[in-house]
Amino acid sequence: MISPRGIFARTGAIFTKELIQMRRDRLTFGMMFAIPVMQLILFGYAINTDPKSLPTAVHAEEQTAIVRTLLQALETSEYYDLVLETADPEESARLLASGKVAFVVSFPAGFTKRLIRGDRPQILIEADASDPAASSNAIARAETIFTQALRHELTGALAHLAPQPPPFDLVVHPRYNPEGVTQYNIVPGLLGVILTMTLVMITAMAMTREVERGTMENLLAMPARPSEVMLGKILPYVVVGAVQTVVVLITARYLFNVPFAGAMWILLLGVAVFVLANLALGFTFSTIAASQLQAMQLTFFFFLPSILLSGFMFPFRGMPNWAQMIGEVLPLTHFLRIVRGVMLKGAGIEDLQGALIAMTLFTLAATAVAMMRYRRTLD
Amino acid sequence: MSEFAIDVRGLVKRFGEKVAVDGVDIQMPRGQVWGFLGPNGSGKTTTIRMICGLLNPTQGEGTCLGHDIVHEADQIKLATGYMTQKFSFWSDLTIRENLEFVARLYQTPSMREHVDVTLETLGLTKRQHQLAAALSGGWKQRLALAAVTMRAPKLLLLDEPTAGVDPQARRDFWDEIHRLSTDGMTVLVSTHYMDEAERCDQIVYLANGKVVTQGHVNDIIDASELITYRAEGNGIRQLASGLRGQPGVDHVAYFGAALHVSGTNRALLEQVTANREQTSIEWQEVRPTLEDTFIALMAHASDDRRPHA
Repeated sequence: MISPRGIFARTGAIFTKELIQMRRDRLTFGMMFAIPVMQLILFGYAINTDPKSLPTAVHAEEQTAIVRTLLQALETSEYYDLVLETADPEESARLLASGKVAFVVSFPAGFTKRLIRGDRPQILIEADASDPAASSNAIARAETIFTQALRHELTGALAHLAPQPPPFDLVVHPRYNPEGVTQYNIVPGLLGVILTMTLVMITAMAMTREVERGTMENLLAMPARPSEVMLGKILPYVVVGAVQTVVVLITARYLFNVPFAGAMWILLLGVAVFVLANLALGFTFSTIAASQLQAMQLTFFFFLPSILLSGFMFPFRGMPNWAQMIGEVLPLTHFLRIVRGVMLKGAGIEDLQGALIAMTLFTLAATAVAMMRYRRTLD
Repeated sequence: MSEFAIDVRGLVKRFGEKVAVDGVDIQMPRGQVWGFLGPNGSGKTTTIRMICGLLNPTQGEGTCLGHDIVHEADQIKLATGYMTQKFSFWSDLTIRENLEFVARLYQTPSMREHVDVTLETLGLTKRQHQLAAALSGGWKQRLALAAVTMRAPKLLLLDEPTAGVDPQARRDFWDEIHRLSTDGMTVLVSTHYMDEAERCDQIVYLANGKVVTQGHVNDIIDASELITYRAEGNGIRQLASGLRGQPGVDHVAYFGAALHVSGTNRALLEQVTANREQTSIEWQEVRPTLEDTFIALMAHASDDRRPHA
């Protein structure tokens, strides 16, 4: 019976039913609006492909008006944020490896004297180039910044020195990834992204599957403690995470020739804590979500900022402060520091302990929430 | 050790505004088989869940096998076997894997042999490697019963275990329950089937969250003071519609080709039946069945289930 009225009535009936069901599923309904808003905010405000205010250490072996002027110029350029001074070249290397600073700017002894003599003294910029996108703009601007600063300083009797070619040599040492190979930065990061995506999602489904299939009541009627259920459900995926790690590391080594500068045990320790952090979070999600669909949505809701705010796709230092603060909460941010630190920079355990502690705290917090939310009764 | 397997007093369970269970007392001695009856939504499942520690009562207290139902849920879960209304074993595990999971969780000694024996008793040895999803309704119930009885719990709580199961399977199921009871197991089983109720030592009848009546089948029928007439002959259809709503007639129900007309007021009921003697219908007083009694009980129970002012 194909009458237009019939088509209208039947389509309308289904349309109404779908609307009602959509409204009943509060979490899904909320996510339909929350996710686009989050995307707009993150892409619109947080992401910046021209990062500024990059933390910089200064190693100046003399303090003269000209050196101070040059440093002042760096600071006002907004690309460099002079956060500390160091007198020890070894310390500056450590600062770079741990990621505390992105640049170390060095002025040698006698810089001013030689500048005035026209000897073209050197200014050295050591850059953390593990993420080529994060450092390249600041490096490119450095010479212009210095040259313009000197143009203001060298007036009067010294005006003849006003640069045509700059009266100094700017030497840049891009560290850790001198050729600026993007893969060197992306591939180790992908390890973190892959682990986050699969592990959070799988564990988020762990409890909701029991609820959806009606086996939850049976499980609750058995004498298993919440911690036992959680551990039992999480451990199989620790194995999954371990296999994924091995696959990514082998691929990184043989397909992309990513260097491995540091100690394997530090990386594995980082992976272990990171895997636990993600599994604990996934389990927490599974105590919140009422269905597997909701578990997927929560996972996506967490995955989006993890990708965008962790420094995986876009330079972490380029983000505004509020976005960096959110990023500091995410386990992926800290894991990226560890995996890039170990593989590209050869960072040691003392450089990475902050990241390890942050991920441990996250794991403990997520576990506590999961334990509080896990209901032992059907109430 | 408490003399009662189940001893609960004044159990109340509210879900928001809704009162699911409204002051239930049950004192059930060990070793008996009790039937838990009542219409859908009368609070049977909620009461069972409170007894085995799956729901916290809003009010009231009690013990199950001597353990406090609120604070000692873990001990209760260890010592009782609870079979849910809906099949709640893992359909993506095989029959054997399901049984092994339960055996491991309860730390059953010599687990493999135990599972072997259970499979043998069930008659599922040949099918042990099939997924539980492949089982028919009756077999699923048997698997579920085997899984909860395998570790010999002291108390069995069965929530409508035979719903949707064919008569032969139901009979087998009850034979098994009586065998377990002979071994000393206490069994509380909720059901809608009258023949199953008649197999129980005692019946607890629940309506609107309250215990309406309790006792042996015959005692309940006697206590109801119900009088039932059986009407047979031509024109009982018209008779039925004519009788409904008459003073003294509490309910009218078909029993095959006959009609059961019941009420508690003998004088009024006799008046109604006397008026009809000129027709071709034969009247005869009969003993009310359990079903007559329950339908009368249900009709009497008020339908107001909102919280009392």
